[in-house]
Order: sequence, then C-alpha cells, then structure tokens
Amino acid sequence: MARQRILTDDMVQAINAYIPRYPSKQAVTLPALHVVNEKLRHVPLQAVVEIAELLGLHPAQVQDTLSFYGYFKQDKPHGKCRVWVCRSISCALRGGEELLDHLCHAVGVKPGETTPDGKLTVEYAECLGACEHAPCMLTDNTLLKSVSHQQADEFVKGLK
Amino acid sequence: MPEFEPVLLANVGKPDSQTLRAYEAAGGYQALKKVLKTLTPSDVKEQTKASGLRGRGGAGFPTGLKWTFLPKDHPGPIYFCLNADESEPGTFNNRILMEDDPHQVLEGLIISCYATQASTAYYYMRCEYPTAWLHTQQAIDEAYAAGYLGKNILGSAYSLDVYLHRGAGAYICGEETGLIESLEGKRAWPRIKPPFPAVEGAFRKPTVVNNIETVACVKHIFDRGVEWFKSIGVPPDPKNPRDAGSYGPKLYCLSGHVNKPGCYEAPLGLTVTELIDRFGGGIWQGRKAKAAIPGGISMGLLSAEEFHCPLDFNGPGRFGCLGLGTAAVVVMDETVRMVDYLFNSCRFFSHESCGQCTPCREGTNWATKMLARIKQGKGRLRDLDLLAEIGETIGIIPGTTICGLADGAAWPIKNCIKKFRPELETFIKSTNPGGWMETKPVPAMELLNIH
Repeated sequence: MARQRILTDDMVQAINAYIPRYPSKQAVTLPALHVVNEKLRHVPLQAVVEIAELLGLHPAQVQDTLSFYGYFKQDKPHGKCRVWVCRSISCALRGGEELLDHLCHAVGVKPGETTPDGKLTVEYAECLGACEHAPCMLTDNTLLKSVSHQQADEFVKGLK
Repeated sequence: MPEFEPVLLANVGKPDSQTLRAYEAAGGYQALKKVLKTLTPSDVKEQTKASGLRGRGGAGFPTGLKWTFLPKDHPGPIYFCLNADESEPGTFNNRILMEDDPHQVLEGLIISCYATQASTAYYYMRCEYPTAWLHTQQAIDEAYAAGYLGKNILGSAYSLDVYLHRGAGAYICGEETGLIESLEGKRAWPRIKPPFPAVEGAFRKPTVVNNIETVACVKHIFDRGVEWFKSIGVPPDPKNPRDAGSYGPKLYCLSGHVNKPGCYEAPLGLTVTELIDRFGGGIWQGRKAKAAIPGGISMGLLSAEEFHCPLDFNGPGRFGCLGLGTAAVVVMDETVRMVDYLFNSCRFFSHESCGQCTPCREGTNWATKMLARIKQGKGRLRDLDLLAEIGETIGIIPGTTICGLADGAAWPIKNCIKKFRPELETFIKSTNPGGWMETKPVPAMELLNIH
C-alpha cells in the first residue's frame, strides 16, 4: 500500500520554484527543508524521502544535511511558538543563563523540549547576534531585547 | 586630524532607512552609476586593491587581492557569495547594516560583483535574523524593480541576479568553504585549501566570498575615492613586514559590562579604552574592568592592563591575541570569574565544531568537560596543563585541522591560562581542597556524569 504523501502540492511548488536559482538541484536541499519545516514545524523522515525524490538525490544525502543543522527537528513538531534564548558570552555576562533557567522553570521543560500543551518549545541558542541587547531571546520572528524575568513571564502569559 | 564622519552607519536609525526611497534621497546608488558608466571591471578591482581594504569578516585578507586570484578571462560562470552568516559571539554589525541599510549592502554587492564579473550572487544569511531577512528581501525586490539588478543594469551590458539563501543555525557556515558546502546543500564541512574558492569554489566554479561590511566599504570607496579611504586608519607597521595596513572606517561592536553597548563606527586603530570610554560610557555599575575580548570570542583575551591595545589588524596580535577578528569587543568587569568565561567559550566551540577533524571535535569537547568538572569543584592543577596542551595542538596553526575554528577555540584557552593562571589555580585549590594536587587520570565514568 502506498504511503500517503506528506508534501502538499503547495510545498512541491514552492520547492520547485527554487530549482532555477542554482546550477545543481542539491543546492535546493536547505530551501526545501525550510519550506517543509515552516509548514509542519518539523521534517519527518517521509518528507526527507520525498524531497530527495524531487531533487534527484538519495534520501541519505538529504538526511545527512538535515542532521548536520540544529534547526530542523525530525521526531515530532516543535511548539506553536519556538523561543531561542542566547547563552553565548555577551548574553551570559548579563544574565542569559539565568533567563534560560527562569523560562524553563516557568513552563516546566528543559531546553529543546516542548510544553505538554504544545504551545512553546524552549531552546538555547549560541550567539543570536544581538549582543547590544543582552540578554536577548528570539521568538519566531521577533527579537526580545534586554529581557527581564518579568518580561519573560509576560511573554509566557501571552502565548496562544 | 580632521573630524571623523561616519559613513557606514550614516543612515542607520533614520526613519524608513531600509527603503529605496530613503536610500536614494541620501545619495544612494550614485557610486554604482559612476562605476557602470566610467570604470571597467579591472579598474574597480585595481582601485579596491589600491584602497588597502581588508576583509571585515575576521581574517582581514586584502579584498582587491582576493578578487585578482580569479582566473583571467574565465569562460564559464563566476559566483559571488555574500557572507551574512554572522555568528561570532559578540558580533552584530552585519545585522544592523542589513536591518537598517540593506541597500547600502546591495550597492556594494553589485559593484563587487561587477568587479569580479559574477552574474549570480548568493546572499547567505543565517536563519536567526528575521528582520534583516525581510528588509533585505524587500530591498532586493526594490532594486530589481528600479533596474539596479537583473538584465542590463542601468542600461549597461552587465547583468546580475541576487538570491537570498537561508542558513540553518551553524557557526561553521561563516567559514568561506563551509559556506560554499552549505550552499551546495551539504553539511558545512570546510574544504582543504588549496584549491582556494577563487579557483574552485561554489559548484566547482571560481567563487568570491566576501563579508557584508566589506562590500559596504566597497560602496564608499567608489563614492568618496581611494584617497579618502586611505586617509582613515593606520598605515602598515614598519616592524611587521606582513602587515598590509589597516585603512578605512570600522564598525566596532561593543557589548558586555559597559554602560552603553552598541555598534559604533570609528577609524581602524581605536584603542579598547577609547572605545569603552568615548562610546560605551565606561564600565557599568561603577565597577572596574577585568578583561575584554578584542574581536569576537575566538580572538582570545586582553587583560585590563592591556586596554591600550589598538584595534587595528596588527594590534591585538601584539598582545598575544589571535587578531582583530570582527572587532567585536566584549567587556568583563571585576566580578567575572575567568573559569566561567572559559567554560562559556569552550562550550560554544564544542557545540559549533563541525566534527570533521578529530583534534577539533574531541579537543573542544574534552576542554568543555574538564572546565565543567573544574566549575563543579573537582578541578586539579594538572587540568590547566592538559587544557594548555589542547590549546597548543588544535588548529590550522599547529597544522592539525582543516579550518580555523579550532584556532578560535584554542586562543581563549591559551590567553586565559597565560594571563589569568594564578586566578584559575586559586579557584581550583579553594574549591577542591582535598584533590587539587591529584595527577592520576580521571575515571571515564565520572566524566560521563558531568553533562
């Protein structure tokens, strides 16, 4: 019995649109992983197989690339919101590690885990490149600057 | 000395500074028009070479010289990769340029691509910069619509396409051959050089990889001239035959324990003290400084007694640091424990080591494990010798790795042990009074429990 396809027509179309940009189809690997990840919040193995098929690659090539980058989860989707708390030196000097601890305690997960209600995944990050706003954290597409523990609590309260 | 006028940050912070309209109103794209009308690609290369511009991404390699390594009259495609994978801890100047003045970067990119005769440019941006991504994509769309990109730019014979390419959270993609491998859709394992990218780079074709701030400088060289650029900064040190001089303005990123962290533009050659006092508003909370990172964490460490170090390409090296790096200065006040700094540094590099070369993959990990153990109060004096040994043996400089990530991991270890050994020894002795003198190997099972 054929397995149901994971990649939707929209995803396939989005991935195919990248192909003319590069002299090799393999170069579309990262863009394709991003396309799938944005929709599914993870890239399951079946999607890897289908991306490989689209790009004329062996699934192992796509899986090899995926597994190198820390960005893509594979086993299950990350939360509706994914927050990255910086722990590198400039943030650490201004309370980044304590902020990460505080946030993890507030929602009851360890870095890399998702809350049981699926609302939030907390991640540590290496330098987010916003050291003038230390300690900082990136929530989806918004950078929160010089975050106090109180602001972190408000952020958690505001989650949908 | 004439008063220094910031150019790279001139538009930053102004309303709508990211739009084409605001950029053109401030004189934007005039340099590109002049270049396309009056200069040949080889003129552009030669003038860039004559300006003494050195790469701003960390290595400080002369930009014009890098361009001349491309094969002459190459019949096939030449690729240009713009390195916006800024991930060096402490560094954020590229982010500010891309968020607040993306057209400045684009104009410099187009001039640089014209010089190298690349017809395709890949703009490789780390994925943690959503605002920079949005503003840059909007700027690219505007530039296409205005005829600054695409076929026959401004009616000339030159055509260029620029594509944004999104990274996925890996520090090593900032290494130019790691970036190329990543662009090709593979794990970002740096390549053995030679061949250098100028000969065989992206998709096995001649390729130039330049940093965001570097191409922004190119734009200003063609706005204001080579003489203007050379009038700023520091000439070569006569005592160092390998110093090519440090010309031009530089974006200094200042963070850590100062009153006003931020990105500041100044001539190359500013000292750490000047940066902290004149721009950073001094050390915070009325405290004293203890140490500073001179140019991103991989460059090593300056003690407070060394803050007269000039931040030019030649300066930090004279104080035992690896170099100027990205000129990102991270200041630590007197309350910082060096063991915490060193653990943070080692953890970063063990996390970001790509795993290709064993000395780096294993060395950075063992250093992190040892420091975790020291922090837990189970350190031994002998650990400092082991750490120093790791510091001396991993990297391009000792010849054991393919890329410089391991040198960047080694330098903080080496500098910290050299400059702060008494503090580290005191920490170990006071936290492990019963065992600091032990020299037998630590049982592996005990180490496994640490993480």
